[in-house]
Amino acid sequence: MQVHARARDYPQSQFGGVLPHEAELTAGVRIQPGRSYGFFTDTTRCIGCKACEVACKEWNNLPADNVGLTGMSYDNTGALSANTWRHVAFVEKIAGPGGGPAEMPPYQSQWLMMSDLCKHCHNPPCLEACPTGALFKTEFDTVVVQQDICNGCGYCVPACPFGVVELSETDGKAHKCTLCYDRLKGGLEPACAKSCPTDSIQFGEIADLQSRAAERVEQLHGLGVASAYLYGAPGSPGATGDLGHLNAFFLLTDAPEVYNLPRAPTRASNRVRPSLATGLATMAGFALAAIALLGRRA
Amino acid sequence: MSLWELANSDCIVVMGSNMAENHPVGFRFVVQAKDRGATIIHVDPRFTRTSALADIYAPIRSGSDIAFLNGIIRYILVNNAWFRDFVLPYTNIATIIDPRFADTSEAEGLFSGWDEETKSYKQDSWQYKGELMPSPLAEHHVPTDMPFVTHAKRMSKQPHPEDRTLQHPNCVYQIMLRHFDRYTPEMVEAATGCPQATFLRVCESLVRNSGRERTGAFCYAVGWTHHSVGVQIIRAASIIQGLLGNVGRRGAGILALRGHCSIQGSTDIPTLYDMLPTYLPQPSVDQPHRTLKDFLAVETVPTGWWHNFPKYMVSLLRAWYGDAATKSNEWGYGYLPKLTGDHSQQTTTLMMADGVVKGLFVLGQNPVVGAVNTTVVQRGMAKLDWMVVRDFAMTETAEFWKAGTLVRSGEMTPSDIGTEVFYLPSAMAAEKDGTLTNTNRLVQWHDKVCEAPGDSRSDLWFMYHLGRRLKEMAAKRNDERDAALRALTWDYPVRGDEAEPDPEAVLREINGYTWPQRIQIGSYQELKDDGSTACGGWLYSGIFPSADHNQSRARIPDAPDGPQTHLGWAFAWPSNRRELYNRASADPDGKPWSERKRLVWWDEAEGKWKGDDVPDFVETKRPDFRPDWSKSPSGMDAISGTEPFIMIPDGKLSLFVPSGLPDGPLPAHYEPVESPVRNPFYAQQDNPGLKRWPHPGNEYHEVGDPRFPHILTTFRLTELHCGGIATRAMPHTAELQPELFVEIPRELAETLDVSTRDWVVLSTLRGEIEARAMVTDRLRPFAVNGHRVFQIGIPWVFGWEGYARGDSANVLLSMSGDPSTSMHTTKAATCNLRKGRTAPAASA
Repeated sequence: MQVHARARDYPQSQFGGVLPHEAELTAGVRIQPGRSYGFFTDTTRCIGCKACEVACKEWNNLPADNVGLTGMSYDNTGALSANTWRHVAFVEKIAGPGGGPAEMPPYQSQWLMMSDLCKHCHNPPCLEACPTGALFKTEFDTVVVQQDICNGCGYCVPACPFGVVELSETDGKAHKCTLCYDRLKGGLEPACAKSCPTDSIQFGEIADLQSRAAERVEQLHGLGVASAYLYGAPGSPGATGDLGHLNAFFLLTDAPEVYNLPRAPTRASNRVRPSLATGLATMAGFALAAIALLGRRA
Repeated sequence: MSLWELANSDCIVVMGSNMAENHPVGFRFVVQAKDRGATIIHVDPRFTRTSALADIYAPIRSGSDIAFLNGIIRYILVNNAWFRDFVLPYTNIATIIDPRFADTSEAEGLFSGWDEETKSYKQDSWQYKGELMPSPLAEHHVPTDMPFVTHAKRMSKQPHPEDRTLQHPNCVYQIMLRHFDRYTPEMVEAATGCPQATFLRVCESLVRNSGRERTGAFCYAVGWTHHSVGVQIIRAASIIQGLLGNVGRRGAGILALRGHCSIQGSTDIPTLYDMLPTYLPQPSVDQPHRTLKDFLAVETVPTGWWHNFPKYMVSLLRAWYGDAATKSNEWGYGYLPKLTGDHSQQTTTLMMADGVVKGLFVLGQNPVVGAVNTTVVQRGMAKLDWMVVRDFAMTETAEFWKAGTLVRSGEMTPSDIGTEVFYLPSAMAAEKDGTLTNTNRLVQWHDKVCEAPGDSRSDLWFMYHLGRRLKEMAAKRNDERDAALRALTWDYPVRGDEAEPDPEAVLREINGYTWPQRIQIGSYQELKDDGSTACGGWLYSGIFPSADHNQSRARIPDAPDGPQTHLGWAFAWPSNRRELYNRASADPDGKPWSERKRLVWWDEAEGKWKGDDVPDFVETKRPDFRPDWSKSPSGMDAISGTEPFIMIPDGKLSLFVPSGLPDGPLPAHYEPVESPVRNPFYAQQDNPGLKRWPHPGNEYHEVGDPRFPHILTTFRLTELHCGGIATRAMPHTAELQPELFVEIPRELAETLDVSTRDWVVLSTLRGEIEARAMVTDRLRPFAVNGHRVFQIGIPWVFGWEGYARGDSANVLLSMSGDPSTSMHTTKAATCNLRKGRTAPAASA
């Protein structure tokens, strides 16, 4: 069991206040403005406990919603929404009677669990779509909606290629994961990562996380998990369509679609020019046709 | 073993536990072990979130654990895969057993000594040849025909009979060869339904990861204990770990996954009816326990550490009765209530239903959801005069008279129920100071974070003020039957407006101090049997070694390059030791078995045991020390320098248990109380010592009853904690598992035309409930002894209070008891399943 050397500085069960740079103790990283932070979510370590979902809602004071048995394995959350910023997906892949789950490749191969969230894209399409500037890039290179500026136009909703952003039915504004912006400002690790018992969710500096993740993929390949790959790391699936890399990226062992992730997400703005051109051409066509028709009549 | 020690294991078998779901934080260390290349194995009837992270998943049908484990033992024996250098000196494998001993293999599933009339065993023929070995458990007294005290004393007279060539036909090794012979891989498959190839992979992994350089661990929970053979399942695992040398070493052991709600602490300073604090026996009217002299005579073990028992007993009496404890009144021994039988929860419930028990305190429990056969539980509650329920939110138990099963089925109306129910709001853990004792005996202090709302008070506040008022009443009445109350010391200081007792004062008393000076003692080695010390729980001595030093508050972990035993972090009993019996981590000469697994060792230069942990041995006892039998040595003088198991009277790990287990010295497979099949191994169907309580409403299913063809197991969910109310009343956890469901294998669902989210009804002779179906391939049909049986599973944590609701699955289960512990069976029953809903009266 590895502990941070600084842990020895606090020898009592009770602290006088918030520890300075607490993230250093809990995640091994000191949080400083001007650097890039994010999550590496390693699905091969996920036990589907949903502690991340609860910690997220507790810290961000989000209401419970969607009370009901979905019948979709152990997933009664369903999807990310204005009130749900972490969502653990469950995919049962067990062979039916006869095959049976006895013989299995190592690492979560028969029942996939994955804790999903806002990807905090390097080039966030939601931010581009926002007319008010409510969506912005923070000093930690994360993407946040400023609630006092958002006017609830909802342009960000279709702009997100992952279906993350949603307008709240309560206040009509857009809501999504802030990567615990307030906690980062206080030197604290985000709530979901801190609560994750198996380090499936790892918080840190992006460059560090990316190299850690690459090593993990190599380790898993060595252990016989040939299917392990990164989603959202530079040059990998998910980091397509000019999004750049994703600051919240994943290690997966099955196709992205199995986890309900797009294989090749794109930016809506990339489609603006062609669709504008098509639109203008159509308009021009109609105009020409109208002129021709009206001219003939005249 | 410590939870964090699991990270040092090379092979972890999780069996009888859904560890990832119910101990997710501890599972962190399993994941770390996996990162280091350990093999993770999950043996379970259901493919769970634990199985998802395992390297090998071995499906077995509920209740066949011993068949599986005994199969592993046979594999180890016949392949000569046991760790000979460890096993020969450290276990009783060479010990010679009484010539009258007869094994289950000779007598159709019964050991010698069975008395059909009393339905119990006499244990004479299980003893070491020519000796009578007291039990190392809380009750040292053993049911034998031989006079106990005289025969037990022979333990000090001679070396215990053994044959290290293992040729003697009645040495433990030979008996084991005969006993386990029938547990072949073919029979394991026939009895458990686990494919042979998978079973053999488990055996190979365990063996490959054991020995000098490598160690393995077992993790279990109530998936082992909640059976009619619960204790014997754990015994089978101890035999495996004993044979493989996986005891007392780094990354080795058998980890009982407990600790929710300080359940380890409630066994140490017990809420159990048959034990005094820290595993001292409770006097009984059925034993020669009339006076303290008699009690100490029969309960003091002649050899081994338990020989110190009188010091612990007298110090406990001094702590409880203070100045009222005198030599002439035997330190107040007469004030102790004596057992008159089995007063466990289930028998008490039946006594309520029979109108014998009139009042009930329910603290930290929700029996209307959590106890088996909750309809009978509620019938019992309906006959009480009064019931006090303390919980942080309204529970089903407090509301049984209004919305319970009896009322909903129309059996009773609220006006029929005369029970006066007092509901008192209680503080939660974060709202009070105190300790939590973890499964690895780690006692950690926690400080109050915030005030409890409204009239909520801590359990300590309630018990203290209840005791204070009772003592005031007793003082006024001057009745003779109140003598014990008047004698009780009850002088804890209180503080604040609420007069909250100081929990540190309680911990100081548990630690122990001198009497009457009340100077804290540093260790239980300072306790005396002359009334000069007081101690509330000898095993906790050292937790508060001086007036201002509460070791359970300490939070100093080892540095990253340190030994990783974290001796500066809180307190682990006894003596802040992390690994019990860690003398076994060194070879007989005192050298570590390997550098990789080094823990404690003999330092010849300093003449003492040293190591990364607190050595579990007499510090200066040389490895070459041998008892001088000519002097009739007692206590630790009768334990040699190569016998690490100092709590056992012969210092050896008991592969064969001569004393203390009412259902046999070796584990044998018996079918659960209710089973669809006959026992494939013996004519004896179920555990012969099983406690059955036939009672109206507590009927049992016969073997293979066609009305109840399916095997039912209950389970818990990560999202809903313990009895559920703390999480069902919280929206953020309730929404994650919002409703009762039942897991049904696909093939069975297709037969019944049931799809996911359809309503189904589960029924037994005890009652019926309705639930939504969850059709899944995670449960599979089993071929057992030629029968095709379906296993279904249902979470038991639901009730009608809170946001996440559903029927209580425990309506379905019967009351019965493991012979050693009176523990109920929740993991293997039989039931019926049909599509539809319960009758309108029941669901109204």
